[in-house]
Amino acid sequence: MRPLRADLAVIAANVLPGSSVLDVGCGEGELMEVLQRERQCDARGMEIDAEAVERCVARGLSVVQGDADRDLADYPDDAFDCAILSQTLQTAARPDAMLDQLLRIGRRAFVSFPNFAYWRMRFSLLTKGRMPVTRHLPVSWYETQNIHHVTVLDFLELLRAKGVRVEKSWFFTHEREIGGRRANWRAEHAVFQLSR
Amino acid sequence: MASASALEGKSLVLPDPLPLDSGQRLENVRLAFETYGEPAADKRNAILIFHALSGDQHVASVHPITGKPGWWDRMVGPGKPIDTSRYYVICANVIGGCMGSTGPASEGPDGKPWAMRFPVITIRDMVRSQIALLDALGIEKLHAVVGGSMGGMLALSFASNFPGRTERVLAIATTARHSAQNIAFHEVGRQAVMADPNWQGGDYYGHGKGPEKGLAVARMAAHITYLSEAGLTDKFGRRLQDREAKSFGFDADFQIESYLRHQGIAFTDRFDANAYLYITRAMDYFDLAEEHGGRLAAAFARSTARFCLVSFDTDWLYPTAESKHVVHALNAVAAPVSFVELSAPYGHDSFLLECRPLDRVIKGFLG
Repeated sequence: MRPLRADLAVIAANVLPGSSVLDVGCGEGELMEVLQRERQCDARGMEIDAEAVERCVARGLSVVQGDADRDLADYPDDAFDCAILSQTLQTAARPDAMLDQLLRIGRRAFVSFPNFAYWRMRFSLLTKGRMPVTRHLPVSWYETQNIHHVTVLDFLELLRAKGVRVEKSWFFTHEREIGGRRANWRAEHAVFQLSR
Repeated sequence: MASASALEGKSLVLPDPLPLDSGQRLENVRLAFETYGEPAADKRNAILIFHALSGDQHVASVHPITGKPGWWDRMVGPGKPIDTSRYYVICANVIGGCMGSTGPASEGPDGKPWAMRFPVITIRDMVRSQIALLDALGIEKLHAVVGGSMGGMLALSFASNFPGRTERVLAIATTARHSAQNIAFHEVGRQAVMADPNWQGGDYYGHGKGPEKGLAVARMAAHITYLSEAGLTDKFGRRLQDREAKSFGFDADFQIESYLRHQGIAFTDRFDANAYLYITRAMDYFDLAEEHGGRLAAAFARSTARFCLVSFDTDWLYPTAESKHVVHALNAVAAPVSFVELSAPYGHDSFLLECRPLDRVIKGFLG
């Protein structure tokens, strides 16, 4: 088995063992599988892509095909101990509404996203004057699913406005964890552990 | 319709009278069924498959009347997605049916065929009878219940009413309640049967010809609902049947007309018209939420099974929204549920036809 992507690994390590988890945008269920096997979690998933759902079901995972922008509303309040949104926030039609849904469904949430204020992004935009295409955001502006680029500072500001509590945060560059100092400049992507 | 001699297979008479939702009790209920594979010593490897409206117990065995392969032959067998080298697969003809289980063509208490004196039955009654079959076979807990279309309704009803009796529930191209449109199409079919003078108020058994024409029309109308518009266009378009030009008459000029006429007539060889009335009625009466005070979630509150629902993007009979409605209810009670909408061109009938992703989902879900 391949090791988990860095942001997923840190989430897996911080989900409480035995908790119930909803992985929103679970892909082919890599994180869910680890959560079930190593953390004894009751893991459920939501995924928009039918083929990915099919593979999850074939792995014995409980995954519902759905559009997180619309279908999170179908879950009752406090349905899960924890809701996870990895690398999906920036694709949401309304990231703020999605954050509300996550913390309505789950008592705790993990959110990870690529930081658009990472210095290479800034440098690329500054010197080339064109929308950056990088390892983490590899698709051109006209076909990218990332329709709401966000920075670490922007996200913190949204959390403050909503009164959401940051329990922990982690920052990564080149799949390696870096400290939180000047993260908005130095981090390629960020993971936040949030509660209401 | 089916002659008794053609119906050689397993069957048993339930030891107790069957209580019905109508309040009546049905005595001496016979269930005809087929099995495939071998039961494990602890009988925990049993899978109960429920057939659809026009299906029967011959899932993976040659149909005794038509001589055609079983209706899910591609899905059920050794090494197939429902693998009979691992699982003991059971499928029973529903009560109200006409392939050996007690139905309107069966002998009533006075020795004459029940005909329209047969009590109106429900999906839950069908399920109850099959629970009695499982009891008779000594099977306490199933590995899974599986069904498409009406079979999916039975699977959902089974999960709701007998939550401890199965570990998995796989419901394909189905719904938790019949919509006005679903009821409307069925009513067209029933009226076609009953408008046929040979129906004779249902007492056609042994009285000359039965309502074959009416039943054929009912089947033609229903068959359209099982296919997608794109599928029909692709298969038939406006192509003419064995002719170069339109006849300026009312023969089957178009291939689609010829196809539907054939489907209608072929159906009457193997299906009893009164059984069609009773089974469509049972489907129309189906509303799982209604049985639980209008809350579908309450129907699944006691369930401990894992669920998997599958819909098809071209199915307009039981569209994806109906499956999602069930998923929503299951989420509300935190039941483990998977759901996927598969892309297939054939409409509602996709679950019976070649669809590789469906094979993988079924195989994966059954484990």
